[in-house]
Amino acid sequence: MMNRVLTALLTTLLICSLPFIASAQILEGASEIPAEAKSQADMFRIERDQAPIARNYLQQPPLIPHAVKGYTITKNFNKCLDCHSWARYSETGATKVSLTHFKDREGKELNSISPLRYFCTQCHVPQYNAQPFVKNTFAPVTTMQKGK
Amino acid sequence: MKKLKPLIEKLKAWRITIGTAGALGLFAAGIIFWGGFNTVLEATNKEEFCISCHEMRENVYREYKETIHYTNRTGVRATCPDCHVPKDWSHKIIRKIQASKEVWGKLTGSIDTPEKFNAKRAQLAQNEWARMKATDSRECRNCHNFEYMDFGEQGRRAMKMHAEAQSQGKTCIDCHKGIAHALPPIDQNIGHQNDNAIVLPHGEAPDKNPLDKPQSPDATPPK
Ligand code: HEC
Ligand code: HEC
Ligand code: HEC
Ligand code: HEC
Ligand code: HEC
Ligand code: HEC
Repeated sequence: MMNRVLTALLTTLLICSLPFIASAQILEGASEIPAEAKSQADMFRIERDQAPIARNYLQQPPLIPHAVKGYTITKNFNKCLDCHSWARYSETGATKVSLTHFKDREGKELNSISPLRYFCTQCHVPQYNAQPFVKNTFAPVTTMQKGK
Repeated sequence: MKKLKPLIEKLKAWRITIGTAGALGLFAAGIIFWGGFNTVLEATNKEEFCISCHEMRENVYREYKETIHYTNRTGVRATCPDCHVPKDWSHKIIRKIQASKEVWGKLTGSIDTPEKFNAKRAQLAQNEWARMKATDSRECRNCHNFEYMDFGEQGRRAMKMHAEAQSQGKTCIDCHKGIAHALPPIDQNIGHQNDNAIVLPHGEAPDKNPLDKPQSPDATPPK
């Protein structure tokens, strides 16, 4: 009898204190992240427009060598293709999309931009002035190295 | 007859008084009317007024809030009337009278649902492009001017294209469509996508349209 009462009492105590334990943990977790950390996301800036950036390996989607702010890709209109399409490239001075952008996933040639390649920024990315976190010894494949 | 003479004299005196009073009255009314008119003109030339209609607020305003003219490094904004309503009085009045079409549109619900808006957007955009083309992008030029642009400070692409634009007599809207809002379906000549939708003119001279030029052998996409 005494045992049961004791167990009931202890259980109630435990249940009642649970919220406090939980909230204490949340607070502890929160204190580990310094407040300034929030601003880290906007620390880097996109690099200014530049000449096309050398590629490092075959089949690499070339990096975007210019700003892309405000360039939207919607079902209605693809801003990238306003300069890079075959109809527009000569006037805008942009590189025209290569033939691979007209192939479906079976490699069949289409006569329109492949849906696989419609969302350009899935593969092509702009450059920020951020340094790599970790030093690495990556070198371009020999066919892409200059002066060799 | 003699009795009438004083009356005529009186009337003459009144006429002067009435005349003076009338003139003064008209003048005062004029001031009030004019002031009121310009106050109304002022009041309808604010962003708050434009977005008081959900047709404007739920569509174009939302998109514009994501763009450089709403938020940028220097905090200088271009609001709806800056781009859409002429600054000088006579052009402003004409544009305001044209805009009564919008009140009619509001009353008849021409674009009061997203579906209706999307269906009509191509037409509205084309109206606006035609207007800007006809005025040589006057409203853009109220703030921007080629003469004072430091091309050296601009990006590679802007520098090159602006030099060409100047020599070819192109205007801002030829190249900067969609600067503040999303665009309607555009046929970009990339195949099936938006086939037969409107095309985006880029200010080409009719004979210089890139689509009419004979293509070099390697410039035909695979069939
Ligand atoms: C206003 C026209 C314009 C728009 C819009 C535009 N580009 Fe470009 N892009 C260019 C030009 C011009 C170059 C060539 C740069 C140079 O030579 O200065 C270029 C270069 C590139 C390159 C490098 C090609 C190479 O051979 O290395 C890639 C990749 C690219 N753009 C991708 C994109 C993507 C993705 C978008 C949409 C997010 C886009 N571009 C939108 C004009 C444009
Ligand atoms: C699935 C990934 C992918 C997508 C999506 C994609 N590309 Fe590419 N792109 C590549 C690869 C890989 C290459 C390099 C090899 C090649 O030419 O296929 C390339 C090459 C290019 C080149 C250089 C062509 C040349 O002749 O050197 C341009 C310009 C380009 N892409 C623009 C675009 C544009 C604009 C879009 C959007 C309409 C786009 N790409 C979408 C993967 C992609
Ligand atoms: C009474 C509600 C209302 C207000 C206030 C309003 N609009 Fe509109 N606006 C409309 C409607 C409705 C249409 C569509 C008219 C149509 O169907 O042709 C429209 C169309 C437009 C168009 C397309 C013009 C064209 O010729 O097709 C522009 C640009 C525009 N509005 C800008 C503005 C600006 C700038 C303001 C503020 C000065 C403003 N509107 C205030 C309801 C409004
Ligand atoms: C930087 C200049 C600029 C500003 C600011 C601006 N617009 Fe526009 N607006 C345009 C241009 C340019 C067009 C022609 C269509 C296009 O190119 O997107 C347009 C088109 C429109 C249209 C026709 C529908 C469409 O999308 O084409 C409406 C309605 C409109 N604007 C309303 C507004 C309202 C309301 C505001 C304020 C919230 C506003 N605009 C702010 C430049 C501007
Ligand atoms: C009320 C003044 C004003 C008007 C009117 C105006 N702009 Fe702007 N525009 C600005 C300001 C301010 C900026 C941002 C400058 C900055 O801080 O970088 C800007 C930036 C731009 C940019 C640079 C975009 C980028 O991503 O760097 C373009 C392009 C532009 N405007 C085109 C236009 C066009 C086209 C029109 C007419 C339809 C127009 N502007 C009307 C004030 C204006
Ligand atoms: C022949 C086409 C063309 C014409 C005409 C044109 N622009 Fe541009 N403009 C460009 C291109 C291309 C860019 C760079 C790519 C981008 O910003 O999308 C640009 C960039 C800009 C920028 C940003 C510059 C930078 O590098 O920070 C401003 C501001 C601008 N244009 C304003 C204007 C104004 C205002 C007019 C009319 C007086 C005008 N443009 C006419 C093609 C043109």
